[in-house]
Amino acid sequence: MAEQEVVLLDEWLSMFGSRARIALAEKGIKYEYREEDLSNKSPLLLQMNPIHKKIPVLIRKGEPICESLIIVEYIDEVWKETAPLLPSDPYLRAQARFWADFVNKKVGDVGGRIWAGKKEEHEEAKKEIIENLKQLEETLGDKTFFGGETFGFVDIALVPFSPWFYTYEALCNFKVETHCPKLISWAHRCIQRQSVSKSLAAEKEIYDFVIDFRKKSQLD
Amino acid sequence: MAAKEEQVKFLGKWPSPFSNRVELALKLKGIKYDYSEEDLSNKSQELLTSNPVHKKVPVLIHNGRPISESLVIVEYIDETWKSNPFLPPNPYHRASARFWSKLVDEKCLPPLWDAFWCDEKGREKAVEEAMEALKILENEIGDKRFFGGDDVGLVDISANFVGYWVDILQEIAGLQLLTSEKFPKLYKWSQEFSTHPIVKQALPPRDKLFAFFKSRTG
Repeated sequence: MAEQEVVLLDEWLSMFGSRARIALAEKGIKYEYREEDLSNKSPLLLQMNPIHKKIPVLIRKGEPICESLIIVEYIDEVWKETAPLLPSDPYLRAQARFWADFVNKKVGDVGGRIWAGKKEEHEEAKKEIIENLKQLEETLGDKTFFGGETFGFVDIALVPFSPWFYTYEALCNFKVETHCPKLISWAHRCIQRQSVSKSLAAEKEIYDFVIDFRKKSQLD
Repeated sequence: MAAKEEQVKFLGKWPSPFSNRVELALKLKGIKYDYSEEDLSNKSQELLTSNPVHKKVPVLIHNGRPISESLVIVEYIDETWKSNPFLPPNPYHRASARFWSKLVDEKCLPPLWDAFWCDEKGREKAVEEAMEALKILENEIGDKRFFGGDDVGLVDISANFVGYWVDILQEIAGLQLLTSEKFPKLYKWSQEFSTHPIVKQALPPRDKLFAFFKSRTG
């Protein structure tokens, strides 16, 4: 396929941005990465995602694609000859979409109540996130990846949250590994892939950002 | 059409727009199915077994295999029965349809729902947010007959609550949200949607839905 002009508007610490980066790397796509300052959004971002004004945004042939999982599906459909990210069987695709949606609502939203939420909300959010991660642990079981032997959609949806565990653990005083050892092993397996290791933010950097954010927002 | 024997069962709740999305999808594809009405205060063993994670309707069970979450089910139906596609072939347009479908689900439905059920204190804010959501959809529908173009597609199915439920609920609540004066293009779409020959067979009867929600107001 001829090299198309592909631009990713992103913010390095974003787990949603990580999903797009991983998908692009899995497919070996060359692209221009542009870091956005979310306190001072670029005119291009506001033009390309006028409704949500959020990253990531993938721009290809001047056309924007927004929402991280939609971007991953788009990448999979355009560059379909290499490294399929979703299975071809409709039932397995439905399962992958179901679990990716579960990650968004039950890890993403709940995780947000931890890192950006008031201290009083932490006890409840901690209980929920442990329960939800245990559900994911059960779904993973003894498989190598969520889809089986092949790295794919659900792994891409969830793995960007793994460097955030350190922050959730520090704020709520628990250890993911105590409750979900298989998930931790799975995360390590994912990080062996270059597409993942080069796309994830560092846990210490995330933690420092969150502590600074919480101080400025007077959440503690 | 599938050659082998297909067993399609759908667990739903007739007043639910989420459940209705699946019914719309099945009818638009001309798929024969068995329907089971769920009593959510007394969930069936079948529901609990086929959707153990969320324990919610709708659930589609195809040849014994369950699928949950209304929009996941609709895409599954689209990929399994390939006639009358809900999504266009071009990847960019497909991404766009998925974006709008998600936006309807996450940004339009919650404030619209809240506008009808909020108490006096929260109502003003909910109505304001609902009007903003309707404005976004008004801009998107433009002069298209349906969000999917010439025929009903994924976004239209996703927006069934806007196309049919809103009119009934606003009458009950005494609110004027989606009107031809305020949102002429979206209003026109709602008429096209609810009178579409196949869609109208799949929507619950207006008087029955009206009575159902009226009985739930104070």
